[in-house]
Amino acid sequence: MIYPGSKVLLEVRDLRATVNGVEILKGIDLTVRSGEVHAIMGTNGSGKSTFAKVLAGHSAYRVTGGSVTFEGQNLFDLKPEERARAGVFLAFQYPIEIPGVANSHFLRLAYNTVQAQRGKDELDPLEFEDFVREKMKLLEMNPDFLDRGVNEGFSGGEKKRNEILQMALLEPRLAILDETDSGLDIDALRIVTHGVNKLASKDNAIILVTHYQRMLNYIVPDFVHVMQSGRIIKTGGKELALDLEEHGYDWVGVARHATAGA
Amino acid sequence: MLMVSDNSYLESLLQGQPQLPRSPLAWFNQLRANAVDRAGMLKVPTTRDEEWRFTDISPLAKLSFQPVHTISSVQKEDVEHFYLKEASIRLVFVDGMYMPQLSTQSSESGADLIVTNLSGSLATHAKAIEPHLGRHAGFQDNLFAALNTAFLHDAALIIVPRNTVVRPPVHLLFIATQAESTSHPRCLLIAGAGSAVTLVEDYVTLQEGPYITNAVTEIAIGDNAQVHHTRLQRDSGQAFHVANCAVSLARSSHYRSVSVAFGARISRYDLNAVLASEGAECSVDGLALISGRQLADTHTSIDHATPDGISRQLHKCIIDGAAHGVFNGKIIVRPGAQRTDSSQSSRNLLLSGRARIDTKPQLEIFADDVKCAHGATVGQLDNEELFYLKSRGLSEVAARNLLTYAFGAEIIDRIPIDSLKHRLERTVLEQTRKN
Repeated sequence: MIYPGSKVLLEVRDLRATVNGVEILKGIDLTVRSGEVHAIMGTNGSGKSTFAKVLAGHSAYRVTGGSVTFEGQNLFDLKPEERARAGVFLAFQYPIEIPGVANSHFLRLAYNTVQAQRGKDELDPLEFEDFVREKMKLLEMNPDFLDRGVNEGFSGGEKKRNEILQMALLEPRLAILDETDSGLDIDALRIVTHGVNKLASKDNAIILVTHYQRMLNYIVPDFVHVMQSGRIIKTGGKELALDLEEHGYDWVGVARHATAGA
Repeated sequence: MLMVSDNSYLESLLQGQPQLPRSPLAWFNQLRANAVDRAGMLKVPTTRDEEWRFTDISPLAKLSFQPVHTISSVQKEDVEHFYLKEASIRLVFVDGMYMPQLSTQSSESGADLIVTNLSGSLATHAKAIEPHLGRHAGFQDNLFAALNTAFLHDAALIIVPRNTVVRPPVHLLFIATQAESTSHPRCLLIAGAGSAVTLVEDYVTLQEGPYITNAVTEIAIGDNAQVHHTRLQRDSGQAFHVANCAVSLARSSHYRSVSVAFGARISRYDLNAVLASEGAECSVDGLALISGRQLADTHTSIDHATPDGISRQLHKCIIDGAAHGVFNGKIIVRPGAQRTDSSQSSRNLLLSGRARIDTKPQLEIFADDVKCAHGATVGQLDNEELFYLKSRGLSEVAARNLLTYAFGAEIIDRIPIDSLKHRLERTVLEQTRKN
């Protein structure tokens, strides 16, 4: 939701990045304020997932130009773990399976690390168990998932719920959800998006990266950005997503070229 | 030149042998005499021997440490942190010598169960012992088994009567307290038909100097009996640990073993399991976690001598620094051992650019109706897994530790004793934290 006068959380200016020497991001500009929900839409290969990973600090991507400021500090001065502790959260498109590490152990380590950073109390395993079970109710998750390996053998929908559970535990200032809707059936989509809506507040912001308009029926964006070839080529309100759904991504490209030519 | 140094080394090692008291049992004296003869004829293996290709023990040949003959002054307070709360029966050996005051012999769980030291009970149980002692761990071609047998005087002795199920684990604790000494620990476990027992063979140290441990364990498993064998090697980082374990499985018996090696400058563990009768089943798992300049060598041989046997093996090495892991897993399927079902997997994690692993499956199959699968992998920590953990706030070090721990935990989880499992899990986390 747009709150007049709310402060800027994320300021992206002319961001450029390469992977294996190939430029994927070719100058992105984006301003996200506290309380807002932004949707970044685009076809496969438009660079939207790369943008999400660059913000989280994945080492496979090299930033070659531009700047990103998060709450006033240069995001690129921070390692991935420091970004996470500062309040940047990426929900992965393909959450990683880690056999041998109990999900509860992983969740508690992550939670306590972030708590310590914020000068808050860490929880011992018993306290954490109660705490996390409460959070799991929000996502209608079976507590059995605590005892399994991290994402090990989870279905697509279970993995995405586990991602949003982590968001609920870490309480980020900026959550980037990378194709969180992919692989979800309609019930799982409803549960996951309901969870995200519960977590949204005037003090945080959410960037939804998605191919389809479907998720935006549940999480209503304040801004919709269309990405193509590593740039944001159009920005509008939530109705832009509906136009895209109706006319397809080609329509934006055509419209843009028409404008540029005029 | 080499011959000269070999001989002088062996001569010096064998010096302590004549001091051993003679036994009233002729066969026992004969066994030792044969071993002395054999040890005198065998040479110290070098990397020119196929079985020792990757393991250079030449530093060992420079050390002529003698067995200790003075009773240790170690007190309960010094060692009780090694005790397992689940184990009500425990035999403690310090520098190779049996310590009755630190041990709790059998037994509350059955009047006939025997858990004791060999020298005190050899005469009483000679009939049961004679067919097994020195019969499974051959020393014809094995210098270290020959040396151990040449020095055979005392040992851990466990005899489980037929159809007896021993619930609490039996803990054999071998503690090194004196640097520059050699010990020859020995264990004999005889599991009667239909019995079940869990054995923990545990090598620990109270000092960080150099010493030699040369162990031999023999396990004879009767028809339908079940033995779980956990073996821990936590010797000092300067120690040499050589061990031979021989297991014989009778009809429809089960042997499950988990061996974990953390310690020693150079360690070598040979495990030979023979499925001597039909329908026997074994699982042989191992974990070596080494760093610095450690070398851990595991050689196993699983011999399917009869039909319908099953064997499972998962061996893992976690290698950091300039350490070197060796795994050689031999599977033999003898002619006629039809319907053998065997699988072997060697998985290795290299944590540094200087870490090294040599892993070799060795299948010798002489029957046609068999299922034998094997595979080996060598890898590093996965970058995507590391990034995932770091994106949740974990530091690089914490993320690496957690993934390393997870790799080892798969083996440690197979140890059936909770307190030991948790202790080892902590050890893995602490060990990785140092790096």
